[in-house]
Amino acid sequence: MPLLSLITYTPLLGLLGILTLRLMGKPEDPATSTGARWIALITTMATLALSVLLVARFNPNDPGFQFVEEAPWFAGLYYRMGVDGISVLFVLLTAFLMPICIAASWKSIETRVPEYMMAFLLLETLVIGVFCALDLVLFYAFFEFGLVPMFLIIGIWGGQRRVYAAFKFFLYTLLGSVLMLAAILFMIGSTGTSSIPELMQYKFEADVQTWLWLAFFASFAVKMPMWPVHTWLPDAHVEAPTAGSVFLAGILLKMGGYGFLRFSLPMFPNASDLFTPLIFALSAIAVVYTSLVAFRQTDVKKLIAYSSVAHMGLVTMGIFSGNVQGEQGAIYQMLSHGVISGALFLCVGVIYDRMHTREIKLYGGLVTRMPVYAAVFMLFTMGNVGLPGTSGFVGEILTMVGVYQISTWTAIAATSGVILSAVYMLTLYRAVVFGTITNPKLETITDLNWREMAIFVPLIVATLYMGLQPNSVFDLTAASVDQLVQTYQAAIGGAHP
Amino acid sequence: MTISADLSLAWPELILAVGALTLLVVGAFAPKQTALVGAGSVVVLLAAALASATQPFGVAFGGGLISDAAATFAKVAIYLASAVAIPLGQSWFARRGVKAFEFPVLILLASLGMGMMVGSGDLISLYMGVELQSLALYVLAAMHRDNAKASEAGLKYFVLGALSSGLLLYGASLIYGFAGSTLYSEIALSAGAEGNTGLLFGLVFLICGIAFKVSAAPFHMWTPDVYEGAPTPVVAFFAAAPKLAAMVLFARVLGDGFAAAADQWQQILVVLAIASVAVGAFAGLVQSNIKRLWAYSSIANVGYAVLGLSSGTAEGVQAMLMFMVLYMIDVTGFFACLAALSRGGRSMETLQDMAGLIKERPAIALAMTVFALSALGLPPFSGFFGKYYVFKAALDAGLWGPAVFGLVGSVVAAFYYLRLIKAMWFDTSPGATDKPPVEANAIALVAAVFTFPVVIIALRGLDGLAGQAARAFGLV
Repeated sequence: MPLLSLITYTPLLGLLGILTLRLMGKPEDPATSTGARWIALITTMATLALSVLLVARFNPNDPGFQFVEEAPWFAGLYYRMGVDGISVLFVLLTAFLMPICIAASWKSIETRVPEYMMAFLLLETLVIGVFCALDLVLFYAFFEFGLVPMFLIIGIWGGQRRVYAAFKFFLYTLLGSVLMLAAILFMIGSTGTSSIPELMQYKFEADVQTWLWLAFFASFAVKMPMWPVHTWLPDAHVEAPTAGSVFLAGILLKMGGYGFLRFSLPMFPNASDLFTPLIFALSAIAVVYTSLVAFRQTDVKKLIAYSSVAHMGLVTMGIFSGNVQGEQGAIYQMLSHGVISGALFLCVGVIYDRMHTREIKLYGGLVTRMPVYAAVFMLFTMGNVGLPGTSGFVGEILTMVGVYQISTWTAIAATSGVILSAVYMLTLYRAVVFGTITNPKLETITDLNWREMAIFVPLIVATLYMGLQPNSVFDLTAASVDQLVQTYQAAIGGAHP
Repeated sequence: MTISADLSLAWPELILAVGALTLLVVGAFAPKQTALVGAGSVVVLLAAALASATQPFGVAFGGGLISDAAATFAKVAIYLASAVAIPLGQSWFARRGVKAFEFPVLILLASLGMGMMVGSGDLISLYMGVELQSLALYVLAAMHRDNAKASEAGLKYFVLGALSSGLLLYGASLIYGFAGSTLYSEIALSAGAEGNTGLLFGLVFLICGIAFKVSAAPFHMWTPDVYEGAPTPVVAFFAAAPKLAAMVLFARVLGDGFAAAADQWQQILVVLAIASVAVGAFAGLVQSNIKRLWAYSSIANVGYAVLGLSSGTAEGVQAMLMFMVLYMIDVTGFFACLAALSRGGRSMETLQDMAGLIKERPAIALAMTVFALSALGLPPFSGFFGKYYVFKAALDAGLWGPAVFGLVGSVVAAFYYLRLIKAMWFDTSPGATDKPPVEANAIALVAAVFTFPVVIIALRGLDGLAGQAARAFGLV
């Protein structure tokens, strides 16, 4: 059974169903909207079920690619899919967050619901495709097409400056990607193969590696996003609807990190080694600088967006540390950040739906009216800070252990970032939740309803489970990460044991 | 070779010539029977496409007409694209009260000219083909006689087209003078010789003339005005098939006649390609009329096709052919959408007119989004695969700079495609649109379904056909 294709294209089936409904019915027909919501929820749940099956049947002892599907396409290219220990959990993360995104938009999206649901389902297919594709051109197609649904989601259902944000998002990421396309074409032309597993074995000349690495870096650095090409992210986040932000922070940002792990390290190890100081410098700046920027924000969403950039800085450090702790930490950090930042954006969405403002100073004293909400928000704030017991701690500590072996100074910068994250997150939490109610409109605000609780429960479980049982994740990733690190160290002559 | 053997290689052209003249007579005696003439023309074009597909290969009329894999590939594509334009145009003209049986006949004559262009074996048949096609197109551009813009478009096209034909002819006569023959195969022998500057001089003129026909910058000036003024279905026709015909002619002259001078013409083509991409990308940014916008888009896209050709290899020719065929379907579909849309009887031609179209006409708006994304070169739409071939050929030939420039140009151009999508998806509609006509709707949707997802499967077949066609030229 082609399980990966099944997982990838199940959302498309839902999309076709909604499209049929939409083309048959009248625009803004409430029955069509309800139908679209249910179809979207059912297909994303089905995808989640299939992904759980995938992880259950995944063999953790095999470091190579599993569930491989292969069929010839055109001009020597292949349709190739497969997952290894690095990618399999990202598939699960995507499938896990998707029903949450749909449920979070159940009430808050009222206009053009079918289009919205179709855009999300398309996005799910494309992102899962990115994590499963084992052919360069197939990977590029999934990677690039993802811009379109995201462009529409920001542009149609976003806030005030949505058009500006949508264009900025699209053009920024497109410019990064076309350079990667040039590199992809060169790789296919010079090696004669487009197969990612084969290219991981191929040894490029050192100077060629440098150029290819830079081209891929242009794309992944924008996606990640790394300082100084991160400026599209706060704009996109602020203007996107809640579920759009959840998806952006939770999943889309992980495509950059995944790209570094899948392409930069194994295919261009010497160039990765060469550029490690650059990455460390940019990451250190990102961690410290964007944390400080986050501290000065007046908009809740913008604050969390800058905090994402800072956390992604830790991830890039971990990836390029080139040792097992660093890689494991980076992967863990990405998975954990996917859950926690998604949850934080949902927390913002909850109060935004009630008050229609994201200004921090208009809130305060929520704990007296929304005790359950305050507790939930507290948990995810702590997760974002990296409190032991939450998933954020495991990723951060491992990353820093990995980075410390390579560069003490970078590790110190990373540590200061963790402290700063406590500063801005706790300040935010105090300003929003504690204190006395100053805004009279907050007097009548209501606590979480059952739908919102249902959305938060899986996220809470995931955060705590990953915080207390990290080995269940490491067992899946260990074999592939060990192999990655071994080949990387062998290629660079074991300069960093 | 006997005359009957020669004629047997010219079946498609014979069918078209006889068909066009017969239908002209029918139309002249029964001017009311436009539908009959239209249907007859479609049948003639389909028959010609079938005849091309089954035709044996060979050389006829003393080398003047070539029948090979490349000619077959191009002819089938051209005749089918022309056949699509006829129903599109006829209903458009009928809705505007223009009863012109000449429209399908002119398309037949233009197709005949294009067939001769792609199968030309010497400079004489090249010129005959180009002129036959161009004259028919001049008239088609001005077909909507009562419309001042259409007349302006026709006149501009004619004057500038005549100039370019002059350049072409001048170049051809220089080449004849220095090579001593009009046959490509003979010219190829002289082209390899050292110090034949006069021949290269002629080649430059010839390239300028053809560059005008494909509207590559800096010979693109006529394109925006003609696209804007000419009736939409006519634009749908001459944005597609004639461009392919001229590009194949380009490849044929350069490949069969001047393969030995590839180093020389490669430079010219690279400059043409870069200029076209730059003009198409930057000038398109300020357009508000969609037809003008698409004119600049077509200039940029021709730049990509020329870039493929400039690699000077069979791979480059294959890239050009793939790119042009996929682009043809894309652009035909896009203009079919435009032809299908009107509000209160008035054509919708500006970006503002498209505001909120997704709500009014979801199917057409979706199709237009697909075409715009495809022209942008976004995967998995057909335009991406065309660009994939082109850039790969350019990189394999070592054209690093131009390829990267082209890629960056496509990011600049992305802005105006996004503006169109933004208008359709983000803005609110100013009012209801008229019910779209059946044919235009059907053509648009079929083209959209081809652009994605059918292309994913069709690529496998097209790749082989274009590869065979590319090997027919004298390039390796």
